[in-house]
Amino acid sequence: MSVAFFMDGKQISVEEGKTLLEAARENGIDIPTICFHEATTSNALCRICVVEVEGQRLLQPACIVKAATNLKVQTRSERVVRARKTILEMLASTMDLSDAPEILTMMDEYGADASRFPDAQRRESEVKDDNPMFIRDYSKCLLCWRCAQVCADDAQYAFAINFNGRGFETQIGTFFERTIPETTCVLCGQCVGVCPTGALKPKREYLLEQGLTPDQISVLGTGRKKRKA
Amino acid sequence: MDDKTETNIDLETGAYNLGRPQSIVAGSLRLLTANCGEGTTSLGKYGKYTAFLKALEMTPDSVVAEIKASGLVGRGGAAFPTGVKWEGAAKADGDQKYVVCNADESEPGTFKDRVLLLDDPNRLIEGMLIAGYAIGSDKGFIYLRGEYPYILPVLEEALAEARMAGLLGKNILNSGFSFDIEVRLGAGAYICGEETALFESIEGKRGFPRVKPPFPTTNGLFDKPTVINNVETFFNVPFIIEKGAAEYRKIGTEKSPGSKLFCVSGDVAQPGVYEVPFGITLRELLKMAGGVVRNDIPQFHNSAEDVVRNGIPQDPALAGYHPAPQLQAVLFGGAAGAFATSAHLDVRLTFEDLRAAGLPLGSGVVMVFNETRDLRDALKRLGKFFAHESCGKCYPCQMGTQRQMEILDRVARGETLPDDALRLQDVGWTMTDASLCGLGQTAASAVLSAMKLWPEFFVEGQRSKVG
Repeated sequence: MSVAFFMDGKQISVEEGKTLLEAARENGIDIPTICFHEATTSNALCRICVVEVEGQRLLQPACIVKAATNLKVQTRSERVVRARKTILEMLASTMDLSDAPEILTMMDEYGADASRFPDAQRRESEVKDDNPMFIRDYSKCLLCWRCAQVCADDAQYAFAINFNGRGFETQIGTFFERTIPETTCVLCGQCVGVCPTGALKPKREYLLEQGLTPDQISVLGTGRKKRKA
Repeated sequence: MDDKTETNIDLETGAYNLGRPQSIVAGSLRLLTANCGEGTTSLGKYGKYTAFLKALEMTPDSVVAEIKASGLVGRGGAAFPTGVKWEGAAKADGDQKYVVCNADESEPGTFKDRVLLLDDPNRLIEGMLIAGYAIGSDKGFIYLRGEYPYILPVLEEALAEARMAGLLGKNILNSGFSFDIEVRLGAGAYICGEETALFESIEGKRGFPRVKPPFPTTNGLFDKPTVINNVETFFNVPFIIEKGAAEYRKIGTEKSPGSKLFCVSGDVAQPGVYEVPFGITLRELLKMAGGVVRNDIPQFHNSAEDVVRNGIPQDPALAGYHPAPQLQAVLFGGAAGAFATSAHLDVRLTFEDLRAAGLPLGSGVVMVFNETRDLRDALKRLGKFFAHESCGKCYPCQMGTQRQMEILDRVARGETLPDDALRLQDVGWTMTDASLCGLGQTAASAVLSAMKLWPEFFVEGQRSKVG
């Protein structure tokens, strides 16, 4: 079964059960996403993919709303653009986007002003370097939840990371802020694989960025090597 | 007066007793509040659950039909038709269904559920029993606000009494219908009053709201079909079943049947819970509450009755010094509501009239500010409230409540920057339009209404006129 509906005035037809986002992508219509990842459950939390659906009072997240017959969808209306631009501007005033080139491109596209909010409190935190495999730099964290999801029932079932704090102070973290080796983490690396901004980074990549040479890094080695010496 | 009465501290045990807040109940009707205002009503005094007994004689379908015919809509703020909700859960597939009472009354300025729960817990139990029978559920939960620990023993005692009387438990009165209720205490988060976050909390998880749809009627608590209603909504149910929908519809207006509890607070002579039929005007409600006064200075009282009631001696010398202060604003619906002014005094308090006036009825908050109050300071506090209570899940609310608070702080300090009004509007509309749940969608509601009424507050370099 397929459903026919309208997106930006164009009639399109997709298989029943597809989301508005999937429908748009199949038909060459661009809807931006941040938290969305094909391998994780969509939580509709970044709200950057919101679109205007006729008959709905509020903007609707395209990543979870299903296409339905005769729906009339606007993907770039004035309301949509205002919401996307403001969300991007708030992100830029909150976190370090230097490792998020896709979002910087999005900001250009929507004419978002990175310094829109003066005297805004930023989310800053120290780099957490507590295990041999990856580092955590939550100053760069978008709170897309993908890492926490793959750590839990989207993939690994390790449940090593979760949420600390609330509202603006929300941060991904371990239970009781324990170090990674003290948690149920199995160092599978799935969280690093889905991180969109370099908040989670392989340790080696991080050390290379810090200016260490490959030789220096291998000398650093692991605890085991040190004990041998 | 001994120490204990004055401080609530028991000197012998050193225990600090929070005490029981006063239940100030008034109004022109005493339908929902019939047993309120004089301490907890025991089962003996409440009497038989006659409405529930009548429901047992009816088919579950006809109970749902009666509620639908009554036109009852949810009293928690969203005003969703209760009968439609019950019908959805009754028809949903599932061998296990739940009835949940949202007693997480956290909207600033709302205190009606507290009075209902403290003074008449049996009416709630009866309402939930009827809901359970109507949708085919054998299990109910009361999710009690974390800041209401003193209500917990009251509810537990009432539930125990009902169990003893055979009104809760297995095979109630040999009807074949079983139902029991469990109380869960929240931990103080405003977000847990949002129905899906409330389910998460009962399930033992962090109170994040879920994406809707699916709706609770099909995928609610523990992913089972669930009816979730506000305390006041359940309080309407026994009357509707006992007296019938037609009788219920005689109260209130055609589109807003029934009576409503208003939580009148702020600059009025007698703040409290007021039960009135839908359709009276704001002016009449404020008059009932003794009119707008200034709370920080003693009033001049003329009648002997006033002297007795307020305990303030009659002093004619004060007469000329304290002219009655004027009404400045009324915050309707709480922090998630909107401001009204004296221009709205003749708006009738019904869902339809308030909607037309752009005011939300919400949970019935009427918070009065007289002309001496600094509204910019009030707005700053609202901003702080939402920044503190945002759960942090969706971006518009997580960052928007913080940015809104920062701008409102500047406004209150008189250090408004150029373009702050524009920033505030963009943040506000983005939260309203794009947030995931009701918290973010209403976090800018009062601010945006204030921007319409008093644009001069948000102009660069303007200082607060008061304080």
